[in-house]
Amino acid sequence: MGEHSMLSKLLRSERGSLVFLAILFVIGVGMPLANLLLPASSALHPSTYTLGLVGKYMTYALLAISIDLIWGYCGILSLGHTAFFALGGYAMGMYLMRQIGSRGVYGDPILPDFMVFLSWEKLPWYWHGFDMFWFAALMVLVVPGALAFVFGWLAFRSRVAGVYFSIISQALTYALLLAFFRNEMGFGGNNGLTDFKEILGYDLQARSTRIGLFVVSAIALGLGYVLCRWIVTSRFGRIIAAIRDSEGRTRFIGYRVEHYKLWLFVISGMLAGVAGALYVPQVGIINPGEFAPLNAIEAVVWVAVGGRGTLYGAVVGAVLVNYAKTYFTVAWPEAWLYALGTLFVVVTLFLPKGIVGILQRFRRSES
Amino acid sequence: MKLPKSLAEFTDRSRVFDVVNPAVRSPKLDTSHGTILYLEDITVSFDGFRALNELTLYIHAGELRCIIGANGAGKTTMMDVITGKTRPDSGTAWFGQSIDLLRLSEPDIAQAGIGRKFQKPTVFEQHTVFENLELAMAGDRRAWKMLFARLTPAQRADIDEVLNVIGLTEHRHRQAGALSHGQKQWLEIGMLLMQKPALLLVDEPVAGMTPQETERTAELLLSLAGRHSVVVVEHDMDFVRSIARTVTVLHEGSVLAEGSIEQVQRDPRVVEVYLGEQA
Repeated sequence: MGEHSMLSKLLRSERGSLVFLAILFVIGVGMPLANLLLPASSALHPSTYTLGLVGKYMTYALLAISIDLIWGYCGILSLGHTAFFALGGYAMGMYLMRQIGSRGVYGDPILPDFMVFLSWEKLPWYWHGFDMFWFAALMVLVVPGALAFVFGWLAFRSRVAGVYFSIISQALTYALLLAFFRNEMGFGGNNGLTDFKEILGYDLQARSTRIGLFVVSAIALGLGYVLCRWIVTSRFGRIIAAIRDSEGRTRFIGYRVEHYKLWLFVISGMLAGVAGALYVPQVGIINPGEFAPLNAIEAVVWVAVGGRGTLYGAVVGAVLVNYAKTYFTVAWPEAWLYALGTLFVVVTLFLPKGIVGILQRFRRSES
Repeated sequence: MKLPKSLAEFTDRSRVFDVVNPAVRSPKLDTSHGTILYLEDITVSFDGFRALNELTLYIHAGELRCIIGANGAGKTTMMDVITGKTRPDSGTAWFGQSIDLLRLSEPDIAQAGIGRKFQKPTVFEQHTVFENLELAMAGDRRAWKMLFARLTPAQRADIDEVLNVIGLTEHRHRQAGALSHGQKQWLEIGMLLMQKPALLLVDEPVAGMTPQETERTAELLLSLAGRHSVVVVEHDMDFVRSIARTVTVLHEGSVLAEGSIEQVQRDPRVVEVYLGEQA
């Protein structure tokens, strides 16, 4: 059987996936076209700002999928996934910094502004190569992947699981947060990396570049979704679900549980890295705040609200919670954290399967 | 002083280092002497309590062996030692003549050919019956390979055959969690068969079964002996009587008696410590 029939089988097997990919396609093609073709006075015209907002949501959705892949399908609850997201973001940020060149405030052709400000003489070794896009793109995958590999290898080999894993994953992202805050690390300290000018030679403020980033985010989300869907429908996917349901039993029929968990965790970390890398050029800044454990917990809440173990549920959760956040933080800023907390409690108590669970129940009662 | 010595060891040209030899993870099972499992002087203590006390036990290839004993006699601990879940304080455990069980991990032991059925039926409840058997199927278990694994026609035929043996052909697409207690037990035995183990360890297969289900299970286990070696741990004496050729009685972590069911039941020590309690 060829690739095509496998792909179609993959998608046919579940209506939710099909609906999701169709909607994503409509948004990914329709919104840029509407932005370009419709007059600004039209009610259907999305502003470039809206486009940027939706593009940001799509990178969040990709992060949510990467969390659902390990949590929903393998029962690994990582409360530190923002570590991978932020590292991917920093890799992209370093490339964007190098692109500034001599247009910085201090006009140094090589050193980013913050290094000149700290009176550094030369570029630290780990900043070399980031002037090339291909290298930065590679690092977007390699750095989060390598961290996920080392961390996962240590944790899974020692059979650290459940709440203990969640706690040390949180410690991991917190440790990175503290490290990146330090100026001596060479990542811009508290202020992080910002003032980006260009990506691949295109002006980041230009409408066409923003549309390009939007489309790339949509494609990355679609591909990431199909990749995860392919993983969970393969025999590998049935094995990780078996590990989720009964780890000891899976070990006794001869599977090296820790290898399965480790590879899944690495793939998930890389996906989160890609999401971070696409997020940074769209928001224009990356700072240590992205490592905050609070962000990681928020991302887990998206998945819980949407409904875990379906992939598209994670997307629904990410978009809805972030839309609510955008709305609340403008309309009623002090209430947002209470709303988020309430949402999590309500979902945990009354909607164990999230929003997708309600929809499924509706459909079942109809038929 | 230590350094020059280890340096001398290191430069010793007649020595072959472990790293040079390819690691033999699972050598071929060798039962040419007719014995598939050797347990010798196995002792396991938990906080001073000796769960196994210099237990020595041999299982012959192709045999169906029943192991009985009161609670705390060490039956489950023995299974744990064989499958690598518990490491003994002393003693040796060999699978055939070539495989040292005490040096292998749980998945290694499973892949070497020892399958275990737990007391509580533990099937994967979220998976279908068919998928449960697919997961248990013998073969490559490396993570990356599983991403691309497809069932071959021969493997499908294997699964179909096992479905037939355990009588669950009509239930193949049902979720395992929806099966009855007896059906789950059979599915678990089916999963064992898919692993193609040389040795099956079966822990209390008829606990909680109806008489009809018990009878069916006895037939199933009897049909397996010969092709596989089967070790059954069971409390139900009627069931043991219906399947056993050789019975081993465990008591306080070591073998009290061994022989045919009649011999064992006549043994005054056995009557005293085990059968006596039930009477």
